[in-house]
Amino acid sequence: MPRPPYVKDPNAPKPQVGRIIGELFKNYKGRLTLVLVCLLISSIAGSIASVFMNRVVAIIEEALLIYKEQGAEAAMQYAHPPLMKLFIIMLTIYIVGIIASTTQQLNMAVVTQGHLAHMREKMFRHMEKLPIKYFDQHKHGDIMSHYTNDIDTLRQLISQALPQMLNAVLTLVVLLGIMIYLSVWLTLLVFVGVFAMMMVTKKIGGNSAKFFIRQQKALGKTEGYIEEMIEGQKVVKVFCHEEKSKAGFDEVNDALFGDAFSANKYANILMPIMGNIGNIMYILMSFVGGVLVILGVPNLSLSGQPLDIAVVVPFLGMTRHFCNTITQGSQQINAVAMAMAGAQRIYSLIDEEPEVDDGYVTLVNAKIGNNGELIECAEKTNVWAWKHPHQDGTTTLTRVEGKVELNEVDFGYVPEKIVLHEVSIYANPGQKVAFVGATGAGKTTITNLINRFYDIADGKIRYDGININKIKKDDLRRSLGIVLQDVNLFTGTVMDNIRYGNLNATEEECIAAARLANAHDFITRLPEGYNTMLKGNGANLSQGQRQLISIARAAVADPPVMILDEATSSIDTRTEALVQRGMDGLMFGRTVFVIAHRLSTVRNSDVIMVLEQGRIIERGNHDKLIADKGKYYQLYTGAFELE
Amino acid sequence: MIKKLASCVREYKRDTILTPLFVALEVVLECLIPFASRNLVNALEQGTEMSVVLKYGLLMFIMACASLACGALSGYYCARASAGFAKNLRKDLFYKVQDFSFANIDKFSTSSLVTRLTTDVTNVQNAFMMVIRIAVRCPFMLVFALTMAIIMSPSLAMIYLLIVPVLGFGLMFIAKLAMPIFRTLFKKYDALNESVQENVSGIRVVKSFVREEYEIEKFNKASQILKGDFTNVEKILAFNAPIMQFCIYVTMLFVSFFGAKMVVGSGSANLNVGDMQSMLTYSMQIMMSLMMISMIFVMVTMSIESAKRICEVLDDVSTIKNPENPVTDVKDGSIDFNGVKFAYSVEADKNVLENIDIHIRSGQTIGIIGGTGSSKTSLIQLIPRLYDVTGGELKVGGVDVRNYDLETLRSQVSVVLQKNVLFSGTIKDNLRWGDENATDEEMIRVCKLAQADEFIEKFPDKYDTHIEQGGTNVSGGQKQRLCIARALLKKPKILILDDSTSAVDTATDAKIRKAFADEIPDTTKIIIAQRISSVQDADQIIVLDGGRVNGIGTHAELLKNNNIYKEVYTSQTKESAEKEVS
Repeated sequence: MPRPPYVKDPNAPKPQVGRIIGELFKNYKGRLTLVLVCLLISSIAGSIASVFMNRVVAIIEEALLIYKEQGAEAAMQYAHPPLMKLFIIMLTIYIVGIIASTTQQLNMAVVTQGHLAHMREKMFRHMEKLPIKYFDQHKHGDIMSHYTNDIDTLRQLISQALPQMLNAVLTLVVLLGIMIYLSVWLTLLVFVGVFAMMMVTKKIGGNSAKFFIRQQKALGKTEGYIEEMIEGQKVVKVFCHEEKSKAGFDEVNDALFGDAFSANKYANILMPIMGNIGNIMYILMSFVGGVLVILGVPNLSLSGQPLDIAVVVPFLGMTRHFCNTITQGSQQINAVAMAMAGAQRIYSLIDEEPEVDDGYVTLVNAKIGNNGELIECAEKTNVWAWKHPHQDGTTTLTRVEGKVELNEVDFGYVPEKIVLHEVSIYANPGQKVAFVGATGAGKTTITNLINRFYDIADGKIRYDGININKIKKDDLRRSLGIVLQDVNLFTGTVMDNIRYGNLNATEEECIAAARLANAHDFITRLPEGYNTMLKGNGANLSQGQRQLISIARAAVADPPVMILDEATSSIDTRTEALVQRGMDGLMFGRTVFVIAHRLSTVRNSDVIMVLEQGRIIERGNHDKLIADKGKYYQLYTGAFELE
Repeated sequence: MIKKLASCVREYKRDTILTPLFVALEVVLECLIPFASRNLVNALEQGTEMSVVLKYGLLMFIMACASLACGALSGYYCARASAGFAKNLRKDLFYKVQDFSFANIDKFSTSSLVTRLTTDVTNVQNAFMMVIRIAVRCPFMLVFALTMAIIMSPSLAMIYLLIVPVLGFGLMFIAKLAMPIFRTLFKKYDALNESVQENVSGIRVVKSFVREEYEIEKFNKASQILKGDFTNVEKILAFNAPIMQFCIYVTMLFVSFFGAKMVVGSGSANLNVGDMQSMLTYSMQIMMSLMMISMIFVMVTMSIESAKRICEVLDDVSTIKNPENPVTDVKDGSIDFNGVKFAYSVEADKNVLENIDIHIRSGQTIGIIGGTGSSKTSLIQLIPRLYDVTGGELKVGGVDVRNYDLETLRSQVSVVLQKNVLFSGTIKDNLRWGDENATDEEMIRVCKLAQADEFIEKFPDKYDTHIEQGGTNVSGGQKQRLCIARALLKKPKILILDDSTSAVDTATDAKIRKAFADEIPDTTKIIIAQRISSVQDADQIIVLDGGRVNGIGTHAELLKNNNIYKEVYTSQTKESAEKEVS
C-alpha cells in the first residue's frame, strides 16, 4: 500500500514544563500543598542548625570567660542549663523536621507515580483516538519512545528535580533570612560567591545539558541503526555484508561516544568546581570575618549582635550549607533540560488532533415485528439495523443488509496527489466483490475509505443507502470485518486473540470460528492448544498460521460486511481453497470485498474490478472479463501463456 | 562475567586507572580541608594575629584549588573511561551479532538484542561509572573522615560507633527490601511497553474491531498495577532520607552538646570551637558516603541483570565457523543432497528434513512446491550454509559446503529470502549490497532482469530514490523485485528465490522468469513458489511434504503421478473454481 509521505511536525518547540507542572498541581492540589509545607519545615529545620551553632558558640564564649575567672566547676554550671534548653528545643525542631521530610517523601512517591500513570494513560487514551494517518506518518519507534524515554524524563523531573530545586530555593531563602539576621556585611560576601557559582552553573551546566540532549539524540540514532541491521541480520549474512555493517556501526557508535563523553565530562566536573568554590568561599569568609572581628567593624544586622566570633562561626557553617545547596540544585540542570525536551514531545502527541466523528446513525440489534417492521432490541438477534434519528425527533430503523456503493469517489493521501479517480462501485447484499490490480493500483486504499480510516476528497460512499459520513465511526467499523495482509496479534493466548473479534464469544464459538478458518488443526497441535501464549505478534507461528488466526478472529465477529485484503496471501493454495469454502459458508448472504494477487482467489467473485493507477478499468464476473479479453484476460492467461 | 566485561575497557585503561587515583587524591584533600579550617577557626577565636589566619587561609586555598583540579580531572577521566567502556561494549556486542549464524540469530529475538545493545549497555555503563568513581570515593572518604574525626577528638568520635551501624543497616535494609520489587517491576514495565507497541503497530486491527475502549481499559489496568507497585517501592525508598536526617541530626546534637561541655569543662584544652565545627563537617562526609554506598549497592545489583544479559550474547559461540584451509572457488552451480537430515535444534525429537536426496545439475531451473510448514525454506537455507545439516551431506560444485570459505560460498549462492528487508538509503545503496563496485549500467541491467527498472524509472529520483527503513515506502511487489535485483548483482552461480515473487503479479512474474532463462542460462535457479505457474516450466519440480520429498519431476510428470501436485494445480485452475461454486 502506498504510504502518504512523512510529514514533519511544523510546530516550533515550545517549553511545556510549565504545562506539566500546572497539570500536576491541578491533580494533586492537596498533596502538593502538604509537600510544600513539609519542604518548608524541613528546610527550616535543616537551616536552623546555624542559629543553634550561633547560640552554642555564644554560650561557650561566655562560659570560657567564667572558666578563666572562677574555674571549671562554675563554668559548667553556667553553661549547662542554657545548653540543655537549646538541646531540647533543637531536638523538637529536628523531630518535626524528620516527620516533615518523611511526609514529604511519602507524598511525593504517590504524586510522582500517580502523575506518571496519569500522563501515560492520557497519552494512550489520546493515541487510540488518533486517526490512522498519524500512525502512517510517524515512525512506530518514535511513538514508542513517548512511553519510555519521554516518560522517564518526567519521572526525573517530578520525583527528583522539582523537589530538590524547590528545597534548594526554600533553604536559600531561609538561610538568607538567618544571615541577614546575623550580619549584613557577611551576607554581602556570600552573594559574591553565589554570583560566581551562578556563572559556573550557567556555563558548564548549560554545556552539560546541551550535550545530554545531543547524547540522547545520538543514542536514538545508534538504536535505529542497531535495530535496522539486526532486523535485517539474515540479509546481512546472505550478502556477507558483516564488515560493512560493522563499519557503519563504528561510525554512529563513535559519534555517540563523543557526545556521551562531552555530556558526562561537563556533568562530572561541575560538582568538584562548585564544591571547591564553596571551600574558597569558606576561606574568604573566615578571612574577611576574622579581619572584621579583629578590626572591630560595627555590625549591621537585624539581631543587633556585635560582629564577633559567635557570628562568624555559624556564618562559616551557613556558607558551606548555602554553597552545598546551590551545588545540589545545579546537578538538576540536566534533568530539567531533558524533561523540557521530553515534555514537549509528549504534548506534541497529546495536542495532535483526534479522529473526528460527526456521525449520528448508530448500529443496533433488531428483531422483526409481527407486521414485518423492525423493532430495536437489546439482545443479540443476528439482525442489525441502522438507527437513524431525524431532525424532527423521530427515528427510523433501516435493516443492515450490506449494500455498499461508491459514487465517483476521488481520494488522495495528500490533497495535491489524487490516487483514486472517479471510482464507482455497487456491491449488492450477499455479493462477493473482488479488486484486482498491480500493487499500488489503489485496492487497499478503497477499503481504507469504506471503513473511514481516511476520508474521501470527492464523491459519496453509501452503506445501505446511508452516507457513511452520517454513521458513527465505531458503528460503521463494527459492521465491517477486516482481515489484513499484515497480521497483528496481541500478547495473550490463541483463544484471547480469536475472541478479540467478539469479546462476548463463548469458547465454542471461538473454536467453531477456528474450524471455519481451517486453523483448528494446527492450533490443537500447538503445545498448549488454544491456551498457547502468543508473544511478540505471534513470533512462534508461521505467517500462514497467523493469517488463519486473523481470519478466525474476523469470523467470530460475524459482521454483515467483510473485507479481505490479501488475507490468504501466505497460505498455500490447497489450504486456501479449504479456508475459502469455510468463508463462503460463513459469508453466505453477506457482502465480501476481496483483494488478492492470486487470481485463483478471486475467480468465483460476483464482480471483479480491475484497477489500474487508481481507476477501475474493467468490471464484471470472471467469465465476462475473460470473454472481454481485456486486462484481466491478459493477467489471467499471463500465468499460462508460457505453456 | 566481570572479567569479560572488564576486557572491554581496552584503550581506556589509562582513564580507568587515573579516575580512582584522582578521586582518592580529591578525597584526601577534602578531608584535610576541615582540618585546616579548624585551625583557621581556632585562630579566629583566639583573636591571634592576622598572619596565622592568612597562613591557614592560604593553605586552605591551595588545597581547595588542588582538590578542584583533582576533582575535575577525575571527572574528566571518568567521563572518558565510562563513555569509552560503553562504546567498546556496544562494539563487541554488535560485532559478535554480526558473526552470528542463523541459528544464533533465531535464539535471540531482534527486540531483545536491541535492548541488550542499548538499555543494558547504558545500565552497565552507569554501574561502571559508579564503581570507578563513587565506589572508590565513598569508602575512602568514610575511612579517611573517620580517622580524621578520631584524631581530632576520640571521645566525640565515639558517636560514630553508634550512628554508622544504624545508618548502614538502615540503608542496606531498605535497599534489600526494595530490590526484589524493582526487579519484577522492570519486567512488568517492559510488558506494558510491549502492549503499547502492539497497539501502535496493530492500530488498524484495534480500530477495525472498535476495540479502542477495550485497549484503553486493558492499558489502564496494567498502568494502575504498575503505579501501585512503583508507589510502594518508592515509599520504601522514601525512608532513606529520614534515616539519613535522623543520623545527621543526632550527630549534630551530640557533637554540639557534649562538645560544648567538653570545651567549657576543659577551658578549650581538650577541644575547642574549631574542632567542633570540623567534627560536624566530618559527620556530614561520613554519612554522605554511607548514603552513596547504599545507592551504589542498589544500582550495581540492578545492573547485574543487564550484565548477565550482555554476557549471554558475548559468550554465545557462532554455530557455523569457517573451516581451516577452506576451498575458495566454487566450480559450478551443481547441488547434491545426499541423505540430508536437518533439525533446528539438537533436542528436537523430529527432524525438519528427513532423507533428502536431490541432484541438481549446473544451470538447471528447479521449482519447489509444498504446503505451509513443508520445510521448503529450511531446505534451501542449507545450500549457502546458513544452517548446517545434521545428517548426510550437501555438496555444491562437487564439494561439501562445510569445506568452503563462507564468503566464497555465499557470494556464489545468492538467496532472496522470504522475509526480506531493504535498508534505509538510496536504491543504489541497496543494490550495492550485491556488489560494492557495481557500475550504473550493471545496476540497470539487473533491475531490468528483475523487472524493477520500469518502476524505478517512474520515481522522481529514479535510482537515487531514498528507501525508508525496512522499505516501507515501496510496495510489497516493488520491494521483492528490488531484492531480486540486489541478489542478481552478485552474479551468483546459484540463485535461490524463496517465494520472492508472491506479491508480484503473474505477468511480471512470468517476465522475470523469462529474463532469467534468456539472460542467465548458466546460473542454477531454484524457485520456491505457491503458484504452479511460477514453477511449471522448471527442469525439475520438487514437491515437499512434511519435510520429505514427495515427488520430483517435470510439470507433466507430476501432474500424472503426484497427488499433492495435482491438487495444488487444480486448486489454482479454472475447472476447480467452477466446482467450488456449484
